[in-house]
Amino acid sequence: MSNPQLASDEFSLAALRARDKSEFARLVEAYSGVIYRLVVKMLGNPQDAEDALQETFLKAFRGLPNFDGRSSLSTWLYRIATNEALMMLRKRKVQFVSIDEPLDTDEVEQEPLEIVDWCCLPETELLSAEARRHLDQAIESLSPNLRVVFLLRDIEGLSTQETAQVLNLSETAVKTRLSRARLVLREQLSGYYGNVARREAAQGD
Amino acid sequence: MDHETCHHLLSSLSGYVDQDLGPEICAEIERHLAGCENCRIVIDTLRKTIDLYQVTAPETKMPDDVRQRLYARLELEDYGK
Repeated sequence: MSNPQLASDEFSLAALRARDKSEFARLVEAYSGVIYRLVVKMLGNPQDAEDALQETFLKAFRGLPNFDGRSSLSTWLYRIATNEALMMLRKRKVQFVSIDEPLDTDEVEQEPLEIVDWCCLPETELLSAEARRHLDQAIESLSPNLRVVFLLRDIEGLSTQETAQVLNLSETAVKTRLSRARLVLREQLSGYYGNVARREAAQGD
Repeated sequence: MDHETCHHLLSSLSGYVDQDLGPEICAEIERHLAGCENCRIVIDTLRKTIDLYQVTAPETKMPDDVRQRLYARLELEDYGK
């Protein structure tokens, strides 16, 4: 996992506030990759992700003169990007009333229903093309509020404290949402990998 | 999963995996895990779930054309080489 928040100190805030183009280009170079990954996984769609990526850095460039430095640059960029992605998801929801609403697991823990030990499946099964599609689909099944916490904590490797700062949540709320997100993902993946494990076991007999 | 203790511990499992719990609740979970096969499977598959996402995360890369259009939109073409 990349850990770009460490790089915040390497930028000249004075130059960025003065909208120095070469310093801004360094910032884009350092963070555009992780921001792209965040928004593409948030939105599940490369075109929307590209729009969100561009909007994030346009807003950052406009906002730089007012950046107060109370949070790190990476926290600030993640905040702009997550707001952008969440706003796009809200707009999408208004446009398309879906019958496949994500499971409403924000308020309760997902009870484990699929209890199959699939941990020992071979890597070729765990990371097959079909498995990867299920990994992506499971993320999309999360509500946006759970998805964003999971992505920041477990994919981008932010700490609980940093995630709380990005999303303006308490640390307790971050932990609760992360727990709920992970349990939903475990359940979804167990549905898929459990079947693979049963198939493998049947072949082995 | 209908065992009362399993249900009671469910919301702590994520913190347990992160080693982010106090010693008392950790000890309670470990005592329970010693006698509960189902919860051991839930913990193992929870860990594996997180692991799979972390292993595959670096594969999501910004395509070159997306990068080029980003630099163009930001009028940073001179720096994006």
